[in-house]
Amino acid sequence: MRDKRRKRMHDANSRTRRRARSTVPVTITALTLVAAILTPARAAHAQIVVRGEMVYTMAGPPIPNGVVVVRDGRISTVGPASEVDLPEDLRILEAKVVTPGLIDAHATVGLTGLLNQKQDQDQLERSAPIQPALRAIDAFNIHDPLIAWVRGFGVTTVHTGHAPGELISGQTMIVKTWGNTVDEAVLVRTAAVAATLAESAQKDGDKSPGTRGKMMAMLRETLLKAQVYARKRSLEDEEKRPERDLGLEVLVRVLDGEIPMLVTAHRAQDVANTLRLAKEFNIRVILDGAAESHLLTAEIKAAGVPVIVHPLMARSWGELRNASFETPALLMKAGIPVALQSGYEDYVPKTRVLLFEAAIAAANGLTLEQALGTITIDAARMLGVEERIGSLAAGKDADLALYDGDPFEYTTHCVGVVINGIVVSDEAR
Amino acid sequence: MTRRYDRLAERRCFRWEPFSWRGQVLRILSGVAVLTLCAFNSAWGQETKHAFVGARLIPIGTEEIADGVLVIAGDKIAAIGPRDSTPIPADAQTVDVAGKTIMPGLVDTHNHIGGIGAADGSGPIQPDVRVAEAINVRAAGFRRALAGGLTTLNIMPGSGHLSSGQTIYVKLRPARTIDDMAIRLTDGSIAGGLKMANGTNSMRDAPFPGTRGKSAALVRAQFIKAREYAEKVARAGDDADKLPPRDLALECLAEVLAGRRMVHHHTHRHDDIMTVLRLKQEFGFRVVLHHVSEAWRVAKEIAEADVPCSVILVDSPGGKLEAEHLIMKTGAVLAEAGVLTAFHTDDWITDSRLFLRMAALGVRAGMSREKALEALTIAGAKMLDLDGRIGSLTPGKDADFVILSGDPFSVYTKVEQTWTEGQKVFDLDDPQDRLHAVGGFGAGDELEPYLCCRHHAEDAQ
Repeated sequence: MRDKRRKRMHDANSRTRRRARSTVPVTITALTLVAAILTPARAAHAQIVVRGEMVYTMAGPPIPNGVVVVRDGRISTVGPASEVDLPEDLRILEAKVVTPGLIDAHATVGLTGLLNQKQDQDQLERSAPIQPALRAIDAFNIHDPLIAWVRGFGVTTVHTGHAPGELISGQTMIVKTWGNTVDEAVLVRTAAVAATLAESAQKDGDKSPGTRGKMMAMLRETLLKAQVYARKRSLEDEEKRPERDLGLEVLVRVLDGEIPMLVTAHRAQDVANTLRLAKEFNIRVILDGAAESHLLTAEIKAAGVPVIVHPLMARSWGELRNASFETPALLMKAGIPVALQSGYEDYVPKTRVLLFEAAIAAANGLTLEQALGTITIDAARMLGVEERIGSLAAGKDADLALYDGDPFEYTTHCVGVVINGIVVSDEAR
Repeated sequence: MTRRYDRLAERRCFRWEPFSWRGQVLRILSGVAVLTLCAFNSAWGQETKHAFVGARLIPIGTEEIADGVLVIAGDKIAAIGPRDSTPIPADAQTVDVAGKTIMPGLVDTHNHIGGIGAADGSGPIQPDVRVAEAINVRAAGFRRALAGGLTTLNIMPGSGHLSSGQTIYVKLRPARTIDDMAIRLTDGSIAGGLKMANGTNSMRDAPFPGTRGKSAALVRAQFIKAREYAEKVARAGDDADKLPPRDLALECLAEVLAGRRMVHHHTHRHDDIMTVLRLKQEFGFRVVLHHVSEAWRVAKEIAEADVPCSVILVDSPGGKLEAEHLIMKTGAVLAEAGVLTAFHTDDWITDSRLFLRMAALGVRAGMSREKALEALTIAGAKMLDLDGRIGSLTPGKDADFVILSGDPFSVYTKVEQTWTEGQKVFDLDDPQDRLHAVGGFGAGDELEPYLCCRHHAEDAQ
């Protein structure tokens, strides 16, 4: 079985090499396959060197024939193989292409399980439209098979949490895709408050919110309440302070600019409403989904708001009827920070795959490096974790993804994934 | 243009709705309008010959041609071969396609564009209902399908019934009504199959089945009824008095039992697949297994039953219980086991614009390029009994083909043009077509019916 797989990988290699960019110097003639050398895969914090025919560090120009030296879970050196002295006694992983571990700027995996049955769907609490107190960390199943699925395609960190579908559905967090418990894997326990200005958050009949106007009114009232709460909680006289309110507490952090509000909005009017809300309350927002953001690039740019664009292969109907494969390119051209996401899916496929979504962006107006940026360093900056992850540089977490060709080609495989210096996946996927 | 006259004539024979003078007058008026336009066009468009020169040709079934010539005459392929040995007719318009790749128009064996409203909630088995009567030919999805290089579709009703009705095989021709798209058999009838399903989708509250056992029992009972009905009809012969009252549902099932209509069967789990094979064994119908998430577990059994499979690959498993064990290498496993294997979009489950991608993912998971290319073309054509007309670049077959900017399995490759029956029906250089290929404001809107001769007129300029 293994031999068969190797044969296939060889075939794939020779094919991708034929069309490979001419800038890749083929200096490694006998390509050692990662699958053959990654055993045992579970050695903790091994000292390893990852060597790539092309290493996209995302911290500078790509390095042909580059190496990344990993020590104790962090990157110690990055550079051309010819300039880096390799210590003795190291495991060496080789691949045609090496990138930082991928960062999914918005997902719901871990809260949405693979089966799509009641017992594994914790992404959306339907009992009330506004529940900012709900924490992602209390709802995340790191052992759900979808986590392993996306990890196999290079995703080492996800910004995941409560899904779009209620006006304020809860909190999100930033978490690695490797660990035995969420507590062990989490990077940021509360990354954002998830809000929805889309039809999915509207109710039928006499329930609120039932319209766009009502959604905005309710958000305003809630934020005003949080302003009052913040003022009263800081009163000198402790007796006069209100009781702690977990929901308002987290909204105060939004008002203080400590964390952003992640607002899912697709139609142009909802995007405009999001910008208006951000201005009124002077809060940081990240636009999420934003299918029609390509119609409002000037306004989004002027507001200084970043956008996590919907999965490009999301179904283009309903509020996404005007979605475009070129939205990332159009936003980036306007100078707007862009990241990509796997998003939320309520049916099949239960999760999309970040690498595949970025591939569509790379084929529709973004360069390979720009597309890589949307799933590595740009995502890290947008989420405020660029000090730790998102690029290959000394001192950063040793999170890497390895490929046997252009990462975005349909027939290329992700052949290895490293998280915190641990080789967590060695299967060609 | 003779085919178009034929189709109009056929349409008058096949009445889709109760007779009405108003409808008749409208039909005649619109028919006259179309005829006038087409006649006008035919002054220079008749039997137009095109020679596409210099492309890499992927004929399917025969060796690829690195630098080839494809000649089409009217709506048929006239010749194909290497450039240095294939004569170009003197009266052919030559199209320089150096650097491009040409392959047959893609065949999608399972698609829901334009609406799936066939069977309703009144019962689990409704073979009398036809999806053809639910399809909106102005749906933007049809233009997206062209942008993906699709030229032939099996449009199916949904999978929420044991049988949700009759499917229709269509060509993506310029269309004002579904009649313009329908593929017709030699006897003038509309080509299509019968949609059936088992597993979780069709298990619902009564009168629908609640279990797998009940699902199979209901289907068996209905096929037995149909067999008896067919026998009665046969016994009656020419004696009208002995004929049973016409039953549209049983009539359709009788066609299935006689092998004249293919069953297209939604089935995911390996045990559900085995149930379909068991029913096929009992009743002898012809069947294509669709989706087959767990076919990798019973590939040997499927191969032994000589039943073809149309596979869907989605980007992750799950989302529903019966797709829990979906894997990317199902296509590879089936092809290796010798099963006739196609892919399908199941549009809107996956996007028709990215149909090539699905086969590429099959290759990524170990399927041979050759089998993956067949799975987009000739394999599907065989499953629709249309392989004599479509599915490969073979002289005499319909001139359905796609012009690609590069390798079919590269993410960077664009579908540049799609041709159906000798007409250019998609052109990436056309701003409206590009909108449907890429998306953007207006891409999801319904479309005005487009006139049959638009692209011919452009070609002639």
